[in-house]
Amino acid sequence: MENCTIYVPRLITKKENFAPGHRACIGCGEALAVRLAFKAIGQNVIVVNATGCVEIFTSQLPYTSWRVPWIHTLFENTAAVASGIESARKAMIRKGIIQDTKTKIVAIAGDGGTIDIGLQALSGAMERGHDFLYICFDNEAYMNTGIQRSSATPFGASTTTSPAGKESIGQFAWKKDMPAIAVAHNIPYVATANPSYPFDLMAKVKKGLEAKGPAYIQILSACPTGWGCPGELSVKIGRLAAKTGVFPLYEVENGKYSITVDFPKLLPITEYTSLQKRFRHLQPEMLEQIQQKVVRKYEELKEKTEMSGCCGQTGTEE
Amino acid sequence: MGKSENELTWKEIEVGGIVTEPGNASQYKTGDWRSQKPTYDFSKCIKCGICQIFCPEGCINQNEEGYFVADLFYCKGCGICAHECPTFVITMKEEE
Amino acid sequence: MSKRVGIEVSIALADVVGMANTDVVAAYPITPQTHIVEHLAELVADGELDAEYIPVESEHSAMSACMGSAAAGARTFTATAGQGLELMHECLYVASAMRLPVVMAVANRALSAPISVWGDHSDVMACRDTGWIQIFTENGQEVVDTALCAFRISEDNNVLLPTMVHLDGFHLSHVIEPIIMPEQSQVDAFLPPNKYPFFLDPARPQAMGDFAPPAIYTETKWAQEVNLQKSKETVLKAWKEFAEIFGREYKPVESYRCEDAKILLLTMGSYSETAMTAIDKMREQGDGENVGLLRLRLWRPFPTDELRKAVENADVLIILDRALSFGSAGGPVGMEIKSALYDVSKKPRIVNFVGGLGGRDITVGNFEELIKKGIDIAGNGSENEFEIFGVRE
Repeated sequence: MENCTIYVPRLITKKENFAPGHRACIGCGEALAVRLAFKAIGQNVIVVNATGCVEIFTSQLPYTSWRVPWIHTLFENTAAVASGIESARKAMIRKGIIQDTKTKIVAIAGDGGTIDIGLQALSGAMERGHDFLYICFDNEAYMNTGIQRSSATPFGASTTTSPAGKESIGQFAWKKDMPAIAVAHNIPYVATANPSYPFDLMAKVKKGLEAKGPAYIQILSACPTGWGCPGELSVKIGRLAAKTGVFPLYEVENGKYSITVDFPKLLPITEYTSLQKRFRHLQPEMLEQIQQKVVRKYEELKEKTEMSGCCGQTGTEE
Repeated sequence: MGKSENELTWKEIEVGGIVTEPGNASQYKTGDWRSQKPTYDFSKCIKCGICQIFCPEGCINQNEEGYFVADLFYCKGCGICAHECPTFVITMKEEE
Repeated sequence: MSKRVGIEVSIALADVVGMANTDVVAAYPITPQTHIVEHLAELVADGELDAEYIPVESEHSAMSACMGSAAAGARTFTATAGQGLELMHECLYVASAMRLPVVMAVANRALSAPISVWGDHSDVMACRDTGWIQIFTENGQEVVDTALCAFRISEDNNVLLPTMVHLDGFHLSHVIEPIIMPEQSQVDAFLPPNKYPFFLDPARPQAMGDFAPPAIYTETKWAQEVNLQKSKETVLKAWKEFAEIFGREYKPVESYRCEDAKILLLTMGSYSETAMTAIDKMREQGDGENVGLLRLRLWRPFPTDELRKAVENADVLIILDRALSFGSAGGPVGMEIKSALYDVSKKPRIVNFVGGLGGRDITVGNFEELIKKGIDIAGNGSENEFEIFGVRE
């Protein structure tokens, strides 16, 4: 941390819209990400939550961790429920049934609820252009059900349904590029974020809220339980995900890409993978293959940024 | 404080299982999950608040002297605050 | 004064949903429901209905959007059929358990495979335990009237449950019938604005849809069951007040020529009108014993008391099911009625037929045959638990 930025955390609101007493695992990066996102979102919001870790650890009858209106119905339909709420309010405001309080609609889900089972409902809602922010808290597997692989699980990671073994390197497919799918819907705002960069995260959430129409933000959320790392390292590991280029931090405003926290020289991915049991089985040659692809993907992202005519800021939150 | 899940009768359940008291999970103690607790050497503390921002529980508050301290009713002892503190104020110690 | 007009039932249904000043319609096309939602889209497009029409990408999302809309406090309508209803299946349980007053028309359709777009009750019977209020209709007038009542019942703050209005696919949805359309002033007098008390509102934060550990799940489900059973009072009250304004009376179990009948036929939906004609004809012909007809309108909550009363003087009850309950002891309606009568000391002999599957007509002649066969089985017995009607051997 550089001295000039060290006191910046104190400028962030102390208001917690997400009460303590939630039942997330010790050191949960997702709980941290949710907490920070909702500092940016504030209270004038209606939250739609998919089934998943966040839903489970914030809601258990007769309690709730939420200090904002919150609804959970099912797993795969979050964007559709948000569509219904947004449309209902639009109609009722127009008809004078309720006042226009400029309330935001925010849908939240995990990677499974977004990128696997919820993809259709999300695609539909983005295509129809509902005015809402969708945040995917991406912990890269079905953690709530016991660490099964999803299409967001990174290549080579061992999970309970992509276990590493004599005949298996673990997850056999490259992480699905959901932000690109969101971009392909021609929506006004798409971004990636990571709670290890809280100001970047909060700025993006605010931009997503203000966008007119659908916005999609994917927030990498370290999962000590599923990734096999000590809870105290959640924030460090998130930082390394960005610094190694494994999970780059960028945004796409009206189709224009920009890297928001850029690293001219990426750290080797082993700095990131070596801290996590899910990658422990990977042999050097396999890690080298992953390394090359990570660099290539990062270069592709930089090209998109250059083509968009935006220059990224270098290491803004270092 | 309302009735717990073990006490509520079917007649007392709110329509559709709605919870009308926002944030009432703050009645729930997560502090007893802890095996390690944060201890502080405030002589090194510069009151930057980095520990507070990175706490997954949102349970770190400033005390009267302005130091940031975890509320042990909620603190699960993850140690992120200790790990992220730039001036090494916080040490995690085994719970007794 | 209200006039009788010749109109397609789906169009009339959409028109009355419009007159109810519905706020949100979320729907996905599926035969034979399409005319209903097409016409609603048209009403919205022409500015005749001030509503948001959400053209969702699936029925699952249709019901999900409806849940969101109802939770936001809007008057909410959708329609579906057959496979669409099944794709919504898991949402149906949530809508009722979370007490979201959605109204849905179901143009009843057979289930795949083999694919069939035609009518029967397989779709609804697969959804009988979803916790919705379910009402069957037998002609266009009933469809219009029931739709209006459905909003009134669902949104009543003593109820707050979703309601399905069942109309037989094609046999009702696509026919042109003479229907008395209500006056707007009558609709307004009968149907107050929707006042959902728990609408999502940042001024009053609340959590809807918490998860329940074993210590509290049973309590939530029992509260839901008691509420659904109790909703019958509101259904009856709504029908009574409907009759006062519109002059048409509805009952959970309707009787036709039952006063002197020892033999009763029980049907649901549009085939009831054909059955009435058959009964008239048999009585005119002096064809054996006097037969009466029971029509089960209210399917959920099941009108156990009314049904027991309706059959108390009968010797034989012939039940026509329009769905199979594969591998079980009868048709879904037959089994349910047998169960409802099991504890009654004096009960009729029950003969259960399954027929009219996948749009197969049951003509007046077929009904005569079915009744005669039923009487014969009641007297002489059968080796079958239930009979399949009209299958080629």
